[in-house]
Amino acid sequence: MSAEEWRVVAFTVRIAALATLVILPPGLALAWLLARRTWPGKSLVETAVALPLVVPPVATGLILLELFGRRGPLGGFLHERLGIDVVFTWRAVVLAMAVMSFPLLVRSARTAFEGVPRRLEQIARTLGAAGPRVFFTITLPLAARGVVGGTLLAFARALGEFGATILVAGNIPGRTSTLSLSIYQQVQLGRDDHAFRLLAVSVAVAFAAVWTGEWLLRRRPEGA
Amino acid sequence: MRLALRAIRLPLAGFELAMDAELSVDVTALFGPSGAGKTALLDLVAGLRRAPSAWIALDGRVLTDTAARYVLPARRRRIGYVPQDGALFPHLSVRRNLLYGHRPPPGEPGPVTLRHVAEVLEIEPLLDRGIGALSGGERQRVALARALLSSPRLLLLDEPLAALDRPLKARIIPYLKRVRAEFGVPMLYVTHDPEEVLALCEEVLVLERGKLVARGAPREILTAAPTTGAGA
Repeated sequence: MSAEEWRVVAFTVRIAALATLVILPPGLALAWLLARRTWPGKSLVETAVALPLVVPPVATGLILLELFGRRGPLGGFLHERLGIDVVFTWRAVVLAMAVMSFPLLVRSARTAFEGVPRRLEQIARTLGAAGPRVFFTITLPLAARGVVGGTLLAFARALGEFGATILVAGNIPGRTSTLSLSIYQQVQLGRDDHAFRLLAVSVAVAFAAVWTGEWLLRRRPEGA
Repeated sequence: MRLALRAIRLPLAGFELAMDAELSVDVTALFGPSGAGKTALLDLVAGLRRAPSAWIALDGRVLTDTAARYVLPARRRRIGYVPQDGALFPHLSVRRNLLYGHRPPPGEPGPVTLRHVAEVLEIEPLLDRGIGALSGGERQRVALARALLSSPRLLLLDEPLAALDRPLKARIIPYLKRVRAEFGVPMLYVTHDPEEVLALCEEVLVLERGKLVARGAPREILTAAPTTGAGA
């Protein structure tokens, strides 16, 4: 593998991890709200969150491009007020990965939270625990399997992100080029050996991520 | 103990829980067939459930007053709750379950210490075990101990022995008596088993389809109204 190829691998893993970290707090909060509360507009939010799963990724990328471009409502604000550019930078890669992975995290975490018996949370409250303590000491540990699973799924999805990324971040070597984008580019250029090396690395990284998750969960069996 | 339940109105499946009563006896049984609204009433008292109408006060302190839109959160009521299955936290050891809600009682240090409670309920050998390794009777004793350690002003027991077989029940009942004698915490004891009422309680309230149909001394009530004894 060339130094350039290693750089692409490191960049992709780092950015996918960052995207996963970024969506973790809002993703878990939303999953909890969906699992445990009823509120007006809930089904609307539910549907909106699931959209990136069914809308073509390229279309999601186009929406992000419109929103975060310098003339877009959010991109314009960030550029003028804070001097931050998003599209065609590494930030756009994080953004695309985050948006595409978000539904997977929320869905897994929601199911996991729903699986925690409400009675346990109620009893914790009668024992004097406030909401955050109930969440961090009862709900989250008991939902750990599903939450970790969802987080890994989101990370794996981020690693492989292609359609939205190429629109909103482009494929700029050394700046926004990820594993998937590089594989596509190498195939286009007819450099199959390069493509296959990157392919092998993608599979290995994804395998390691999932295997690590399984291992972490096996170390802490529930009900022990 | 004075537990005032006034203007309680709560729609349940097929009927309404409606109650106006004042309880002042230290071990009161709430007796009736399954689905009479007993657990719903306990949940209201514990603050785990909202009702369209309720005024609840414990020893003069208002816990719920729906007319004034006031509901004291469950965590600030100091009401211990032992549900039928114990509801022990499965990912914590027995010790960490017990200490989850442990708070020293207000005022001088009383008898409610982990060591003492564990001794009275004979669960010291279990402290470092996982919840999965406990028998049914052990679970109930741990759940009782956990509730006691939060220094409650009232203990709600929701059919704590219903899941146990008869010999085991007979072994647990003395523990409940010891808890009563040792810690003096008033209890509201939900059951559909007349034997438990006779063994433990000083007064019994009979609930049927959400309505209070009788109350009085256990011996009189349970012999006078055998039809309510859906003990199966």
